[in-house]
Amino acid sequence: MIITKRKQLDHILEKTKGSRVFIAGCSECATLSHTGGEKEVLEMKDYLEKNGVTVTGWAVLDPACHLPNTKRIFREKLVEDTDKILVLACGNGVQTVRDALPDKEVIAGLDSLFLGEIIHLSEFERRCNLCGECIVDEFNGICPIARCPKHMLNGPCGGSQNGRCEVNPEMECVWDRIYKRMIENGGRDQLRKIIPPKDWSKSLEMVIR
Amino acid sequence: MNHISNLHRVLSEKHFAVTAEIGPPKGSDKNIIIHKGEMLKGYADAYNITDNQTAVVRMSSLAGSTLLLKLGLDPIMQLTCRDRNRIALQSDILGASAIGIRNILLLTGDHQSMGNHPQTMGVYDIDSIQLIQIARNMRDEGIFQNGEEILRGKPDIFIGAVANPFSTPLEARIIRLEKKIEAGADFIQTQSVFNLNRFQEWVDTIRSLGLDKKVHILAGVTPLKSIKMMQRMRFHVPGVDIPDEIANRIENARDPKEEGYNIAIEILEELKKINGIHGVHITALFWEDIIPKLVKEVNLYPRP
Repeated sequence: MIITKRKQLDHILEKTKGSRVFIAGCSECATLSHTGGEKEVLEMKDYLEKNGVTVTGWAVLDPACHLPNTKRIFREKLVEDTDKILVLACGNGVQTVRDALPDKEVIAGLDSLFLGEIIHLSEFERRCNLCGECIVDEFNGICPIARCPKHMLNGPCGGSQNGRCEVNPEMECVWDRIYKRMIENGGRDQLRKIIPPKDWSKSLEMVIR
Repeated sequence: MNHISNLHRVLSEKHFAVTAEIGPPKGSDKNIIIHKGEMLKGYADAYNITDNQTAVVRMSSLAGSTLLLKLGLDPIMQLTCRDRNRIALQSDILGASAIGIRNILLLTGDHQSMGNHPQTMGVYDIDSIQLIQIARNMRDEGIFQNGEEILRGKPDIFIGAVANPFSTPLEARIIRLEKKIEAGADFIQTQSVFNLNRFQEWVDTIRSLGLDKKVHILAGVTPLKSIKMMQRMRFHVPGVDIPDEIANRIENARDPKEEGYNIAIEILEELKKINGIHGVHITALFWEDIIPKLVKEVNLYPRP
C-alpha cells in the first residue's frame, strides 16, 4: 500500500487561503493510511472553514488513481464554482485529479512516503521502492533495496550495531534481520554468495499498454 | 618482483606496515595537504586521503592524492559508493591510475544523513563489495562492469577495503570480510581499535579460517585527543567501540591529551604482537602532527 502523511496544516492553509476549495480524498491507500478517507476529508473541511477558506464540496474518490472513476465522480459532483482541488491522496491521485479536471489547480495535501506494510492499524513500514526488478527472494523475503538506506546487497555496512541502523538507531538494521532469518533457515551459503550489481534499467518502465 | 605501490612492496616484503590518514581540507587550499604530507613524510608507507568522510564536503580524494604524489608520497585514494554511480566510480579508477595513484581503498561510505548536506540524494548504485569486484575485473580481466573490454590501459592498482571488527554479529562481519577477499581486496584497514579483547576475538576467527594468509590486514589506531573527541567518537561515529575502561581513563586524566597518547602507544604495542596483523593504520583526527612521535616511540621508525 502507498503510505502517505498529511502535510503541515499551515502549509495547506497557505496554499488554499482566499480560494474556493473542493476536497478530494481516496477510498484506498489514503483511507487505510488515515490521511484521506472520509473522516480526514471532513476534518480538513472543518479546519479550512474555521480558518476562513470556502469549501465548495468534497468527495472520496474510488480510488483517486483510477482516471475513469475519478472523471465519473467529478461529473456527478459540481466543481464549477471551485478554484482549487485539495487532494488528500498519493502523488498519483493528485495527477489523476488534474487530468480529470484540466482547468482546475490541484493542491497536494499529502506527502507520499513509501510502499509499505500495515503492521497494525496505524503502524506502517517501508517494504518496496518499486525498483523494477524484484530480487526479494535472494534475501529470504526481505528487501534490502527498500529497507537499507545504503541499498547494501552483500551484507550489513560497518555502521550496523546491535541490530540497529547507523542512520537512525530507532530503526532496525534490515541486514541483521536478513542474516538471522537466513541462518535459521540454513542459508549460510546464500549469505556467502556475492550478489552482482543491480540492473536499475528495469526501473525505467513508464508505460504498460 | 614488480610492486604496484610502496605499500604493496612493504607488505610483500613482510614488513609491519604503517599507513596514516590525511583528511583533506574544507576548501581548496592545497597547502593544507602539502603541509600534512611533508610533516608525515617518512613516518608511514602510504597515506589515505579520505573521500568526503562523514559525508562532509571536502577537497576530493583524487585531488588530494595527486598533491601527495607530487611530494613523492604513496597515496591511498579512498572512493565511496555514496556519491557516485558505477560510471563515475570506474572513471575515477581509470583517472587515478593514469595519474599514478596506485592504492585505492573502496568503501560504501557514511550515510549522507550524518553529514553537512543531509538533504542530498545518496547514490548507492552499487555496494563496496561489488565495487571491489569491478575494480579487480578492470585490473585483472581488463573489463568494465558491463563486460566490455577496456580499450587502452588497464588500471594498475592495489585494492584496499575496510572491515569493522566491532559491529555485530561477529559472524556476519566475517562473512563480509570473506566476500571482500573473494571480490578482490588486497589489503584491509580496520575500524580503529580501542577494545583489544573484541579485536583479538575477531583476529582469532580470521586466523582460524586462514583469512590472514589471503589478505593483508592493517589494524586501525586513533589517538584520542580530548574528552570531547572521545565522546564524539564513542557516541556519534557509527561502528566505534570505546570500552568503559578507556573512556574512564580519558575522562579522569589530569591531561586527557597525554592519556590519549599513552593509550594509543599501548594499543600499538599490543597490535604489533598480534599474529595475523600485518600493520597499522593511524587515523589521528585533527591531530596528524602526533603521528611522527607515535611511530618513533613504538619503534616503527624508520620505515623500510
